[in-house]
Amino acid sequence: MSNQIKFLTKNFGQYDTSSIGSYMNIGGFEALRKAVTMDPEKICDRITEVKVRGRGGAEYPLGRKWSQARAVVGENKVVVCNADEGETTTFKDRELIQKDPFNLIEALIIAGYVCGATDGYIYMRAEYACLRPLLLNAIRQAKNYGFLGENILGKGFNFNLHLYSGGGAYVCGEGTALIRSIEGKAGRPRMKPPFIKVSGLFARPTCLNNVESLSIVPHLLVDTDNVYASCGSGESIGTKMISVAGNVNHPGVFEIPFGTTVREIIYNLAGGIQHDRDIQLIQFGGASGKIADASILDTPYTYDDLRNAGVMVGSGGILVIDERTSVIDFLRMNQEFFSEESCGQCTPCREGNLHIKIILDKIANHTATQEDIRIMATIARVMSMSSLCGLGETAQNTLQSAMLTFPEVFEVGGTES
Amino acid sequence: MTTANKVKDIPMVHLTINNIPIEVPKGTKIMQAAQTLGIDIPHLCYHEDQRIKAHCRLCAVEVVGKRRLLAACSTEVWEGMEVHTDTQIVRDTQVSILQLMLANHNKDCLSCPRNQNCDLQRLCSRFNIQHSPLPSVLKDEPRIETNPSIVRDPSKCIRCGRCIRACKDVQGIAALTYAGRSSDIVVTTAFNKPMEATDCILCGQCSLVCPTGAIVEKDDTNKVLDALQDPQKHVIVQVAPSVRVALGDAFGMEPGAIVTGQMVTALKLLGFDKVFDTNFGADLTIMEEGAEFLDRLQNGGTLPMMTSCSPGWVNYMEKHFPNCIGHLSSAKSPMSMFGAIAKTYYPENAGIDVKDIVTVSVMPCTAKKFEAARPEMGRNGIPDVDVVLTTRELIKLIKYVGLSFKNLPESEFDNPLGLSTGAGAIFGATGGVMEAALRTVYEKVTGETLEKIEFSEVRGFDGIKEAAIKIKDREIRVCVAHTLQNARRIMEQVKKGTSPYDFIEIMACPGGCIGGGGQPIGTTNAIRKKRMAALYEIDRDLPLRKSHENPEIQTLYREFLGEPLSQRAHELLHTTYHKVAKPYEFN
Ligand SMILES: Cc1cc2nc3c(=O)[nH]c(=O)nc-3n(C[C@H](O)[C@H](O)[C@H](O)COP(=O)(O)O)c2cc1C
Ligand code: SF4
Ligand code: SF4
Ligand code: SF4
Ligand code: SF4
Ligand code: FES
Repeated sequence: MSNQIKFLTKNFGQYDTSSIGSYMNIGGFEALRKAVTMDPEKICDRITEVKVRGRGGAEYPLGRKWSQARAVVGENKVVVCNADEGETTTFKDRELIQKDPFNLIEALIIAGYVCGATDGYIYMRAEYACLRPLLLNAIRQAKNYGFLGENILGKGFNFNLHLYSGGGAYVCGEGTALIRSIEGKAGRPRMKPPFIKVSGLFARPTCLNNVESLSIVPHLLVDTDNVYASCGSGESIGTKMISVAGNVNHPGVFEIPFGTTVREIIYNLAGGIQHDRDIQLIQFGGASGKIADASILDTPYTYDDLRNAGVMVGSGGILVIDERTSVIDFLRMNQEFFSEESCGQCTPCREGNLHIKIILDKIANHTATQEDIRIMATIARVMSMSSLCGLGETAQNTLQSAMLTFPEVFEVGGTES
Repeated sequence: MTTANKVKDIPMVHLTINNIPIEVPKGTKIMQAAQTLGIDIPHLCYHEDQRIKAHCRLCAVEVVGKRRLLAACSTEVWEGMEVHTDTQIVRDTQVSILQLMLANHNKDCLSCPRNQNCDLQRLCSRFNIQHSPLPSVLKDEPRIETNPSIVRDPSKCIRCGRCIRACKDVQGIAALTYAGRSSDIVVTTAFNKPMEATDCILCGQCSLVCPTGAIVEKDDTNKVLDALQDPQKHVIVQVAPSVRVALGDAFGMEPGAIVTGQMVTALKLLGFDKVFDTNFGADLTIMEEGAEFLDRLQNGGTLPMMTSCSPGWVNYMEKHFPNCIGHLSSAKSPMSMFGAIAKTYYPENAGIDVKDIVTVSVMPCTAKKFEAARPEMGRNGIPDVDVVLTTRELIKLIKYVGLSFKNLPESEFDNPLGLSTGAGAIFGATGGVMEAALRTVYEKVTGETLEKIEFSEVRGFDGIKEAAIKIKDREIRVCVAHTLQNARRIMEQVKKGTSPYDFIEIMACPGGCIGGGGQPIGTTNAIRKKRMAALYEIDRDLPLRKSHENPEIQTLYREFLGEPLSQRAHELLHTTYHKVAKPYEFN
């Protein structure tokens, strides 16, 4: 397992996740102790120095986000941890919560300190209900030890943490929908502005971060040997949690240094393809991600290299599909997901998903016309260009990349059906 | 003008739209900026009086430097912004969105209540949507026609959310909501119950903002046409004060145009035997309600007394504050008082069998249809009012007979029930009932002539207005509210027993009846204000401006009713209310 590294995962298995004492024995809360002696802006600088980008999919620079959250003028700011992990093929956040819950708690307290927030919320996917006791226990113990509550570490800083269960819909991972869901409303996205950084949860200034993005920070603050900075290069520094699924021998979560090739990920870490079959396609970043064929294998896993190869890091999920599944069947399966998960508020996404599904079925049945393909491409473009939220924007990423990568699949008989 | 001053304080932003440079105040949205250039960016979910929803996405425009299109309704302009409203991707988006809507729409325009008055239809025409290539994905959704006021047709719904906003943000009721998700999302009531079985009070504000035929008034025009064709029937019509300042909108006239004369002519040409005025009923209401107020004041009755002429409001009270119905005036509404007189005094005098009389009323309101159907509003199985038409239905009748409304000569209401005062006229605006009542109450109590009869404190569009009026040695504290959102605030006080007022006027709809749920499609707050001004103009120009000075009212009491609050007045002109249980309670 030459490509695996332990930075974010270094506490995994090293302590009793139900005991704060055990966590402190391996250096737990040292990062927080250090953080509260630092100028919060310096913490943002440290994060920016190693170019950490948000791991939830949008890839927004974390240091800049925190710095902006700090700058927002407002009472009772909140930081929210997005643990909805709704993207298909994506299960690395679960691993981080399950194997190192105290690090996440510590990270949120640091986030609160940096952003000047009084409350933190963890919005966790309903399906992760089994992890609730673990987190609740961690929050309770942190409170008993004075890491949460009033005057934390004697620094006059107050911060409380709350755990919420998700509404069960993929779209609840979208920032505005997530916030409405915590507020007790239906989890449907709303237009921006107001941006949540100005008016988010309960109309308070809100800083939303993915589990992995947050989890990096405590490790980074005590990374005296610059392990993180020594991994990767260019715009992609450090390590990345990825989850590999599909027709591989060893699906699972892996921490890799940026720059590991896709081949190394699939064939070394995930143990290669079952029965040594050929790869039909690889989807990066879950259902809203893009796909590539096997020609991507030697591409290093970095933000820029993947983008140049026509895909994206996105959620960090990697789905490997072998030769037994046709591209069109894969697209139909992917479409099922969005046909279910669209919230239905805005026209392009609600109606567009419906019609694209119909046309994909026609392609599978060999009844599609050239006109159908043209319409499908137009609808996909209109959806991505004009939908209200990121779901509709990205729902046809897979289809659009498939049309580029596998044009032959969309070559149908003449214009007549 | 104040806006001109305001513009001076707000910094200006410079941008180009389709390469034309313009300057607009900071905070302006792209849609309004384009409007100043005469560019109408297509929109469906946007409504000028509502919170922005940005659901339909039809207003998408291209902004240089942005990866995606931006919604013109929700995006503020910025310095140096370059907007394009006419590029290929913008057009593709507009056309695709309309095609997508149509594929999920019951396109029976020819037999749709909103035919030729529908935003979706207009936009499909504007974008020349012909032979849409998409297959229909419409589910079989029947029309829902379970109450006398409002009909829903989900097969026409484009899920724009305007009705939801009207019900929640204007009325504070939230009877309508989105339910489900993805292509199953619908706009419906709690548990899909019929509207009348929910918190809904049938005000029709949802039908007024719906861009399509998905929520409409229940159409009763055929009942009227049938009655008019029946030689046995003596069909009389009364017209509410607010209709005459709204009707012209539908015939290309300026909003707020006073079309009383043309309207009366049109009704006569339609074949009504008598054309009477609800304003007469309004004067009568003041006589009774004013007397009731004095009686409560002097004899320790329940105060504050609250007006009862807005049926949406009465429904609200019965459903939402049933323990407070003692505060409602027992006086019937002008429409029902008029109906009661038209079914008793009038036939007696005219020598007509009451069974042959059909009373039709033209109202700005869908809830009036419900009011007319209440068993309390009539006697011996004879209802006070047989058919209620909304302003919108009258428009349809006028169009049906092919009248060139604008060019009709003017004529006068028939007598005796057609004479009214300025006090009756202003009933159509929020604050009008209160002002009319004060004019009469003041003179009744003091025996003096009221010199300054205009109560400016209770005029205008503010949601809640209050005033204190010294009548003899007593100070009367009054309050006026419109929309139920505002009414709720007043009611919370009444419920707690902390209301500081003696007399409260409430109208369910924004602006009062001039903004009612049965008024012409396209009614906005700006137009409501013009109608309001028109009603005060009618009042100002009338020789008689106090209800008790109406000579026909005086005759009616002398010949028939006796005194206000007499036994007979009680039988005919007053009513009772009752708690309406909700089928569920969320608590
Ligand atoms: C439909 C949709 C679903 C999303 N689901 C998630 C999710 O499950 N977890 C997550 O961290 N971010 C999700 N995101 C991204 C978040 O909106 C947001 O960008 C992210 O949580 C910000 O954190 P980060 O900057 O740390 O990545 C989703 C976005 C969209 C549009
Ligand atoms: S893009 Fe899809 S998920 Fe997002 S608001 Fe529109 S319908 Fe809902
Ligand atoms: S709602 Fe509009 S588009 Fe639809 S059928 Fe009626 S008139 Fe036609
Ligand atoms: S009629 Fe009035 S109360 Fe009923 S749903 Fe429409 S807006 Fe709401
Ligand atoms: S009923 Fe009318 S207003 Fe309401 S969502 Fe449907 S189309 Fe829009
Ligand atoms: S009008 Fe802008 S999104 Fe509907």
